[in-house]
Amino acid sequence: MEATVVRTGTEGKTWGGGNEPLKSSYGKMMMWFFIVSDALTFSAFLAAYGFSRFKFMDSWPIADEVFNHFPFLHGVDAPMYYVALMTFILIFSSVTMVLAVDAGHQLNKAKVTFYMFLTIIGGVIFLGSQAWEWKNFINGTYGAVYTTGGNVLQFIDGDGHRVALADIAVPGASDRVEHEAKNGIWFEAEKALPSYSIEEVKAGFAANPDLLIRTQIMNEEGEKTILSREESLAKLDSEAIGVVEGANLTRNEYGPPLFGDFFFFITGFHGFHVFTGVLINIIIFFNVILGTYERRKNYEMVEKVGLYWHFVDLVWVFVFTFFYLV
Amino acid sequence: MAHGTAHHHESNTKRIWTVFVILSIVTLIEVVLGILKPEFLTDTSFLSMSLLNWIFIILTIYKAYYIAWSFMHLEGETKGLRRAIVWTAVFLISYLIFILLTEGDYIYEVFKSNHVAWDF
Repeated sequence: MEATVVRTGTEGKTWGGGNEPLKSSYGKMMMWFFIVSDALTFSAFLAAYGFSRFKFMDSWPIADEVFNHFPFLHGVDAPMYYVALMTFILIFSSVTMVLAVDAGHQLNKAKVTFYMFLTIIGGVIFLGSQAWEWKNFINGTYGAVYTTGGNVLQFIDGDGHRVALADIAVPGASDRVEHEAKNGIWFEAEKALPSYSIEEVKAGFAANPDLLIRTQIMNEEGEKTILSREESLAKLDSEAIGVVEGANLTRNEYGPPLFGDFFFFITGFHGFHVFTGVLINIIIFFNVILGTYERRKNYEMVEKVGLYWHFVDLVWVFVFTFFYLV
Repeated sequence: MAHGTAHHHESNTKRIWTVFVILSIVTLIEVVLGILKPEFLTDTSFLSMSLLNWIFIILTIYKAYYIAWSFMHLEGETKGLRRAIVWTAVFLISYLIFILLTEGDYIYEVFKSNHVAWDF
């Protein structure tokens, strides 16, 4: 049967077989290919975000006005600081991860344990920060009014400062009662009513001659258009149909609904990655403590989970740019 | 680094901290620019995007390069693996961005100038 053995003339060459041309273990290579496919998924989300943003180029919210909270600084306008802090936390946990990998190369179990622990702590802090960011986003600050066309109208005073609905509305101007399941034919309750009804806001707005409306349309200077008092009254009277406080998947007080949707979806998907990253890190952390890799004389598992962790950091770098900077 | 080289592996700690400093400085620059928004950068437009946004995107790619090359250790992989990873992503993502942003801009123009009112 020797005649059936085919000699290709490539024996001993890089791709001739019996060889690892990419000089990488199976697991590590597959982690890389997973990362590539995951990177494409994230790119698709971010590109879709870019698509919607280009579509609503002149009415997209200004990030500095939306994300301007900082812990313990209530009412202080602090654009970017918080998200910059989150970025530093994630970059730093990436550094401790790579230090753990480095210590793994030297089979230094104590150091790997210590750096893995720091990495996990960093990941948990980041997740907590993101939860706080979501809380602020969902609760909102000022509240707004939405129109028949689905646009958002915000309120400012004579100095151009934003005014919250609570400072405008005259309570009691209407007696809208929340519909409960027990009252209806279909036994379905409606969602909780906003703190103020549109009539209360309209009445309060008419009573205070200092107030103006700011639309979501951007003017040439890249600032939101401010209507005159007469235009404001007319617009509010003819178009405003509801009150929106904070954000959900249908509406948000910042601008086009898609802005809120993409924020929830992309930062949520990234946060989910951080969460699974923390979980996998914890598993590997315990394996390190138990001495699994010490016995194997090989810490490559730490390296593989490290790749995933760095990837999460890499994605955040882009999310940071496209949601908060650009 | 699973190829039995684990015995005498040099420590890269110094390089790791250098990269950390670079990433931190770049992030700081981004944050400062994002807060100040210098007018000559926001008002100058290049390829229908403000210069400031171009700076942000280039700095982001610069950071991504350091994370991938140093932290994820792409610089130590073989050329073949590196290209399989980087070029695949770069080509597909560039195409996706190009096609979606072009379409988004087209729809914006339609909304703005067409006969059909969408804000009623």
